[in-house]
Amino acid sequence: MNVPETLKYTKSHEWLKEEADGSYTMGLTDYAQKQLGDIVFVNLPMEGDPATAGEALADVESVKAVADVFSPVTGTVAAVNEDLMDEPQQINQAPYEAWIAKISDVTDTEELLTAAEYADFCEKAKG
Amino acid sequence: MQLLFERSHPGRGMEYLPPCDTPPAVFDADMLRAQPPRLPELSEVDLDRHYTELSKQTHGVNDGFYPLGSCTMKYNPRVNEALAALPGFSELHPLQPAETAQGALEVLFRTEKLLCEITGMTGMTMQPAAGAHGEYTGLLLIRSYHKSRGDTARTKILVPDSAHGTNPASAAMAGFTVVSVPSNAQGGVDLDALKAAVGPDTAGLMLTNPNTLGLFDPNILEITRIVHEAGGLCYYDGANLNAVMGHARPGDMGFDCVHLNLHKTFSPPHGGGGPGSGPVGCKAFLEQFLPGPRVKYEDNRYSFFTPEHSLGRVRGFYGNFAVVVRALAYLLTLGRQGIPEAAENAVLNANYLMHKLAGHYDMACCENGCMHEFVMDLSRLKEETGVTAMDVAKRLLDFGIHPPTMYFPLIVHEALMVEPTETESVETLDHAADLFLQIWQEAHEQPDLVHGAPHTTPIGRPDEVTAARKPVVRYAFES
Amino acid sequence: MASYVPSARAERQAMLETLGLSSMADLYRAVPPEARVETLNLPDGKSEMEVVEDLTEMAGKNRIFHSVFRGAGAYRHYIPAVVKAITAKEQFVTSYTPYQAEISQGILQSIFEYQTQICELTGMDVANASVYDGATAAAEAVFMCQDRRRTGVLAASTANPQVLEVMRTYCESRGVPFTLLPAKGYALDQDALAGLLTGSTACVFVQSPNYYGVLEDIQPVADAVHAAGAKLIVSANPISLGLLKTPGEYGADIAVGEGQPLGLSLNFGGPYLGFMACKQPMMRKLPGRIVGQTTDNRGNRCFVLTLQAREQHIRREKASSNICSNEALCAMTASVYLAAMGPEGLRRAAESSASHAHYLAQRLSELPGFALKTDRPFFHEFLTECPIDPELFCRKLEEKGILPGLPVEGGILWCCTELNRKPQIEELITAIQEVLHDAAAV
Repeated sequence: MNVPETLKYTKSHEWLKEEADGSYTMGLTDYAQKQLGDIVFVNLPMEGDPATAGEALADVESVKAVADVFSPVTGTVAAVNEDLMDEPQQINQAPYEAWIAKISDVTDTEELLTAAEYADFCEKAKG
Repeated sequence: MQLLFERSHPGRGMEYLPPCDTPPAVFDADMLRAQPPRLPELSEVDLDRHYTELSKQTHGVNDGFYPLGSCTMKYNPRVNEALAALPGFSELHPLQPAETAQGALEVLFRTEKLLCEITGMTGMTMQPAAGAHGEYTGLLLIRSYHKSRGDTARTKILVPDSAHGTNPASAAMAGFTVVSVPSNAQGGVDLDALKAAVGPDTAGLMLTNPNTLGLFDPNILEITRIVHEAGGLCYYDGANLNAVMGHARPGDMGFDCVHLNLHKTFSPPHGGGGPGSGPVGCKAFLEQFLPGPRVKYEDNRYSFFTPEHSLGRVRGFYGNFAVVVRALAYLLTLGRQGIPEAAENAVLNANYLMHKLAGHYDMACCENGCMHEFVMDLSRLKEETGVTAMDVAKRLLDFGIHPPTMYFPLIVHEALMVEPTETESVETLDHAADLFLQIWQEAHEQPDLVHGAPHTTPIGRPDEVTAARKPVVRYAFES
Repeated sequence: MASYVPSARAERQAMLETLGLSSMADLYRAVPPEARVETLNLPDGKSEMEVVEDLTEMAGKNRIFHSVFRGAGAYRHYIPAVVKAITAKEQFVTSYTPYQAEISQGILQSIFEYQTQICELTGMDVANASVYDGATAAAEAVFMCQDRRRTGVLAASTANPQVLEVMRTYCESRGVPFTLLPAKGYALDQDALAGLLTGSTACVFVQSPNYYGVLEDIQPVADAVHAAGAKLIVSANPISLGLLKTPGEYGADIAVGEGQPLGLSLNFGGPYLGFMACKQPMMRKLPGRIVGQTTDNRGNRCFVLTLQAREQHIRREKASSNICSNEALCAMTASVYLAAMGPEGLRRAAESSASHAHYLAQRLSELPGFALKTDRPFFHEFLTECPIDPELFCRKLEEKGILPGLPVEGGILWCCTELNRKPQIEELITAIQEVLHDAAAV
């Protein structure tokens, strides 16, 4: 399982990266995409939508399931990755490059885990 | 197989209609479509053969055992089809005056009375066209009731986590918030969880009994009492009525309203996914809210009326009338003796098949026997052999058996839900059991054979991922 | 008495013994005694012969008219024999929803063909596998247009009143604001529409030909709706689309309608067929089943239920619709009908229906007291005045074996299809003259 050191993580399996301008980029982790299987569609938020830490921001569909993607931070959606509309499989292929949304004006964050803590959390989840 | 459009040849086709014998109606050019629709042009023989070929790639009830859990794939009596096709029914315009459609109103009225007796309700509408449509209508009854009392705080519907997806979806459509109630270890409603969930915001509870694990909830009276004491109403999802009809009535269990799936319990065929019929029945205090028109019988004649506080129409006209005709024929055929007999044999067949499989396959919560269906849990088989519920289901196709319902209910991993129905003989059940056991053995000895199944069907496993990622949902014409 | 249970008594007993049980009652031990019922108050079961006698007697109490000039949402058209024969095939009749694609290619392919035909008829990009009827199709279409900013629904009051009532029921339950657009001269009042469109309007619903048979002037409606940022839903009679401009050509976002005229019998109102189609950007908002093309693991083209993550069995309370079944056999009926008729046959059905209706309108206008209520263009239905009590007028014609137009507010709503040929129209005119003569004599 791939858990890059440079990123922060949530217990609901999103990754979060702080950008130089103070905004945040987020996506789904490698663990999450493996659990979901082949992703066939991503319902993206719209630019300008409010994002609330711990609440659903987007959802991803596999053939027989749908899973919410939760926002790790509270702020405003500054950009969405529209490439995912045509190629949702990018999340399966390169989960840490296939970002879902950039969020700016961040005022609050979820409880975030370091890479080591998240890797440990996933190990326990596997049982 | 070619598509209709690929079989098309310009200039072919039959003349089914005579030339028009009145002067042509003239429309302004800007009212006309620019191009004719690209409908296929086929000779009748090509058309007929096309569908004969399609029918050979379709598994119907007469093609073999169809133990599709929660769908009640019983035999569809031929006589019902013949009766529904009588011109006195099939050629009847829905807006004819009631005096000229007395027989049709009689069909609706008599079916309502018989189904009310079976469910323990006092009134019923035939308007909903399917089970989910019935759920929605029943929830609107509950909504209308609370509203009529000025009780606007009741916004929540309780739904067990083992319920069909239509239950929460219908509740949301009816404007309610859904509260999921966990199941107990036996697959029944967890009473403590239910007590904790009810309150002044409870509008009602939706429940299937027997539940989706095929078990009759022994606490049913306690469950409906808890909901009533909190001021909520109880809704019975009739998807599984086939197990208990003639033996136990939703009304006596404490339910206030109910929907039935005529196409499951009362034998009309499923038509490849419809048309069905989902009548909604209720107790007297809710009748004033039923959709109109309903049928009444006074002074030796039938007529339509709309209840005073009707929640409004949920469909055009009176529902899927021709499906109701079939159900009435079935009800009259079975009658007082046949209705409970059908139910008990459905339960007997399910228990018999479960008993034959229980030595090898694990069952979800069925130690004390099941009702009309049972749920197998293939988690252990998957661990031991890598063979999944899906693999076993697909392997059954090679033997001409329609697979059980897969991966439902959601609370059981690797679930296969088996509902034999009462219209299967003991040989069919024995044969199916032998095949299940053979597949169990194959899973251990030749797992790749099972993973690769089916082998003998017209097509192999389809690529559903590509279908969903790059949807092609209509034929692409060349021009 | 029969219950279609194959096992004989002795076999049932043996099965019980295998289970270690002595009687059927043991199977119900989980049912509390208070919830059990001993005997139901139902009639005794009957032999097939008796049931046939009963139902045939009921069917015989219904009057089937040799000549029908009534539509108003249910239309009598000629149905080629091959349509009924094909759709009576037992595999199509008795199979379930095609979840198992490997043994359901027949149903799946037929739905794919149906979806394609509906797209062709309506001029849209994507169609679903059908919903219950035209009224529920209209209601479901409204829900497709809801978003956080826009919820309001404006529906033309010239649409079929039953359809409007179902839309109202659905909207009320979800708290969706539902407003009727006023009519002017039996057509949508375009000026009123302009005044009611706001930034919170989600969609506008128009039916054409409308309830009174009038062809609505849709282009300005489409322009106004889109200028306001809302969606346009157009309901159309599918036979009319063999000839007339499609919802797609008018720029509609969603096309819906009652598919019954496409080869389905009147059946006293059901089962019918709700068709739904939309433009590509709204595809994932379509409710219900959708069949898609793919390949199997042997490399063959095949068909599957697709885009299932929209649906209730996956999204549960977050699904936009609760619909589970479609009207698959009715959709197949429509598809066989359209394939049998072909583009020429459908056009002839449309032209003959319209021509007969226009001829009848002209013949009626020659009688005293049957003036057309509007001079707007119409398809195969139209409204006239009635010089005597409409109920009495209709009853007298029914006595002559003719089901006349429907009495509605404002007059009589007449309908013709290809079945109402010239001799039948002349017979009607003669019968009306007799009725008027008798009424004058009283």
